[in-house]
Amino acid sequence: MRDESLLKNYLCNSPQDTFDLGEKIGESLQGGEIILLEGGLGAGKTLLTKGILYALDFDVDEVTSPSFTLVNRYDAKFTVYHLDLWRIEENAAFAVGLDEILENENAIVIIEWSERLQNFSFPKKVIRVKIEGDGDEARKVIVS
Amino acid sequence: MLVLGIESSCDETAAAVVRDGREILSSVISSQIELHRPWGGVVPELASREHLAKIDPIVTEALETAKVDLKEIDAIAVTQGPGLIGSLLVGVSYAKALAFGLEIPFVGVNHIEGHVYSVNFENPPVQYPAFALIVSGGHTNLFYLPEEGKYKVIARTRDDAAGEAFDKVSKMLNLGYPGGPVIEKLAREGDAKKIRFPIAKISDGRPDYSFSGLKTAVARYIRENNIEPVQDGGGISQEIKDLCASFQDTVVRSLLKSVEKLADELFPKTLIVAGGVACNGYLRNASEKLGEKLNLPVYFPSKHLSTDNAAMIAAAGYFHLKNGECAELTMNADVTMRLQNIEVEDNELKKKKVRYKL
Repeated sequence: MRDESLLKNYLCNSPQDTFDLGEKIGESLQGGEIILLEGGLGAGKTLLTKGILYALDFDVDEVTSPSFTLVNRYDAKFTVYHLDLWRIEENAAFAVGLDEILENENAIVIIEWSERLQNFSFPKKVIRVKIEGDGDEARKVIVS
Repeated sequence: MLVLGIESSCDETAAAVVRDGREILSSVISSQIELHRPWGGVVPELASREHLAKIDPIVTEALETAKVDLKEIDAIAVTQGPGLIGSLLVGVSYAKALAFGLEIPFVGVNHIEGHVYSVNFENPPVQYPAFALIVSGGHTNLFYLPEEGKYKVIARTRDDAAGEAFDKVSKMLNLGYPGGPVIEKLAREGDAKKIRFPIAKISDGRPDYSFSGLKTAVARYIRENNIEPVQDGGGISQEIKDLCASFQDTVVRSLLKSVEKLADELFPKTLIVAGGVACNGYLRNASEKLGEKLNLPVYFPSKHLSTDNAAMIAAAGYFHLKNGECAELTMNADVTMRLQNIEVEDNELKKKKVRYKL
């Protein structure tokens, strides 16, 4: 990530704010980052991901929740793997073939419900994005 | 023309022999649902290995059932995408090798187009222009077909697919996987008017779908009303049945609302409703009612043809073969294959990088 000053807390008052924050993060990516997204159902994880992909010149309408497919791949400015582990309660890393995905060193890997990975050790530093709040409430977003 | 269809895009290995795009001589489907059930959904790694083990016996069975010798097959149609890469590759590689060995043509078929052709066997011929509402675990698209083989997306989901919303709600309530059939069953004993879930409005005014908000509304309702997920083997409360009925009603109303709105502008002569979710009886009834209201014939596939199958792939492939299309051996699986083949004004807007509005 180019701009380390992005690592702080944010308050997003609307879905548009969440999308815009994603865009800001996306603009700072240089390829090879791993982004772990945490937050409840409907917190805005996929929306933030849309923002990131928007910044990477990808058609955001094609960015959809991978809870069914587990892994979406987008050939944007960088190759982006978008994972969602919500329905995988055990052996999540195996189920999505995470080791193989991480072999692509320049690919950006975005993982929703990364808490399902438990003690998986990533080969490099990760960016953690935690989204708190749901429904119509404002979202507190912690990027670290 | 005898076409051998092969489908392996997700979790069903299927083969079929179809004559002239309309007559099914055999259609064999091997479902992996039991393999994936403990995971609450398809696991790509397991799926591709299972396809590899099943594809040869399934093709053999399809030929035997059809009482057709491999030498009598005129062409092969195989699902090229969209789907899971490992799964698609099994079918595509198998089909290429077989076509090469037999020295016959083959074509790659878009899986979604296959679903459009799934109504070809048991209904009168489709009249154009037509609408095709394709709803499944991974797809929710409404297409406009001015003529056969031409597709324009006129509504699609912005987030979750409709079938996915069923699976998610089912998981929240611990009702099991896949969610569609169990929710439909419970909904029959529930009151669809009990809970008023909102139909998502897309703020840029396009008639697109959004099921993510509905999923969140259901999660919130469960939490605020302290609804406990169903215990394994335990009884199911009226509250949960009402929730299932209200949720299902909202999905179906949402799907058909855009159909009705767009039918007023584009005057289709046939409405095709297909894909895995087309099995849902509530969607079928509501679609038929809408068809009566709009004086629009509605075609569904039978249950067997609603799930992923190879007969529909053979039928779609027949159309392309008849038009002289034929794939090269360099053809590859295409995970995100698009069906839309009519240029739309959207592309112009995208080039200008118009600000994305939620």
